[in-house]
Amino acid sequence: MRAESRSGLLLSAPYTAFLLLFALFPIGFSVVLVLLKWDLVTPPSFAGLDNLQHLVADARFWQAIVNTFVFLAIHLPLQVIVALALAWSLNRPLLLRSFWRAAFFLPVVISGAAVTILWSALYATDVGLINGVLARLDLGPVPWLTDPAIAMPAIAVMATWKNVGFYVVIYLAGLQNVPQSCHEAIELEGATGWQSFRHVTLPLLKPQTLLVVTLSTINGFQLFIEPYVLTGGGPLRRTLSVVLYMYRNAFSYQKMGYAATLGLALALVIAVVLVLQRRVIGSAEES
Amino acid sequence: MRRAVFYVVLGLAAVAFLYPFLWMAATTFKSPAEVGGLSLIPDQPTLENYRLMWARAPFGRALINSLFVATTITVSVLVFGSAAAYALARLRFPGRGILNTVTVAVLLVPAQLTLIPTYTLIVELGWIDSYAALIAPYVFNAMAILILRQFFLQVPRSLMDSARLDGMGELRILFTVFWPLAKAPLATVGILTFMGAWNEVLWPLLVVRDEQLMTLPQLLTVFSLGGGAGPRQLAPKLAAAMVLVVPVVAAYTFLQRYFIESMASTGIKG
Repeated sequence: MRAESRSGLLLSAPYTAFLLLFALFPIGFSVVLVLLKWDLVTPPSFAGLDNLQHLVADARFWQAIVNTFVFLAIHLPLQVIVALALAWSLNRPLLLRSFWRAAFFLPVVISGAAVTILWSALYATDVGLINGVLARLDLGPVPWLTDPAIAMPAIAVMATWKNVGFYVVIYLAGLQNVPQSCHEAIELEGATGWQSFRHVTLPLLKPQTLLVVTLSTINGFQLFIEPYVLTGGGPLRRTLSVVLYMYRNAFSYQKMGYAATLGLALALVIAVVLVLQRRVIGSAEES
Repeated sequence: MRRAVFYVVLGLAAVAFLYPFLWMAATTFKSPAEVGGLSLIPDQPTLENYRLMWARAPFGRALINSLFVATTITVSVLVFGSAAAYALARLRFPGRGILNTVTVAVLLVPAQLTLIPTYTLIVELGWIDSYAALIAPYVFNAMAILILRQFFLQVPRSLMDSARLDGMGELRILFTVFWPLAKAPLATVGILTFMGAWNEVLWPLLVVRDEQLMTLPQLLTVFSLGGGAGPRQLAPKLAAAMVLVVPVVAAYTFLQRYFIESMASTGIKG
């Protein structure tokens, strides 16, 4: 028994050290940083509640939160609808079934940095692929990334394209658990295909929908490389994301205390939004 | 008839996902005059864009950096991670309960919360501009440990007992008895870890400023932010993106089933 204890401690010791250094210490220190003013060059000084007061009054932070909600308002419904439609199309005997699935999944495995560069070329006003296609249809060039009203929706569409294949696979797994007999029973009652989808399939897919919404929301709050590369947060700060603002506070402005405060605030916002979503999707079943 | 329409619609959807990649590949071989055209076949194919991006930034070095960092992290997560998972699953030792609880709790903490404190830690350790900064915070992964632990719990007790009777030590039991049985979860963890490390960009942007130490996604980002967005700059940027995309697409083509299943089974994206 003593030998087992010893090997257990020995084998888990590196992991324990890792958790202390890179998980528990950062979590604890994030709260300490909120109370500090620190540029990493001169020693940190105690700042009391300055960072929190600044946060509450900081127009850029609130703009970034609003931007994220604009993003989510487009991204979430689009993600769910496109993923459901594609999964539903694939959930039948098909020629080249694994080819279709692999095609939709391809952008998921590509680095976000590469996808963002690719989309900067697709969205380019003069030489972009999308405006090139529009020109063929005699439609004028759209300033996708330079119009304040269009830039964030454009990023939301891009993020949907990047991630939807992942959610297709999740919905496909869910669809395969819907028994065929359920559809047959309701169709015997005279229900149309749509009614059967709406009243049988959709409610049964609720766990998957909750997962899709939760993961997409977390992704939305992590938006960074897309605005960083495509717009730099502009035009008129309409694509500034919280993580991009946090990165700038840490890296460009050397404000560690405030950057950590932004991180803590973001974590709280994510927690609240996820709880609310769970409530809303949970109660949609009862009605 | 309905079936034909269905395939046409599905085909159009697939085009929306594949055509941009093909167009990107084609554009990298086009001359500035042709960039922006919809055609997939350049009139006068040129390697000029590749020559330009290769000359302007150390992409070869970045490729090596990325391979080194992602491989080291993956090996560490598999070897040291399974040692920890094995201990947590099969050995009784003081503190095991706490360690299991903390492993689950850590997964609930958003990465944004720990990003800045971890960054200040790296600065204080003097690790800015070092491989250590890129690797150390990723050498273990709580999700990987949970996946492996879950699997190790299912290995029959009798296998362990007979291995012990043969006088095997714990490490030998782990690597000669458990590992051969755990190929599927090890592959899942390996793919997810490698992809995550290969694609990571925010962390390198924080801790590395020296071009010679940059990873591919980072150098690509830095490279694409310099210069304008005209046709002359666009094609070299896309050529640089190809360095990042081509190895992944090649691996994906052969292993797509594993990629898709490992990501879907755990609910994590790379």
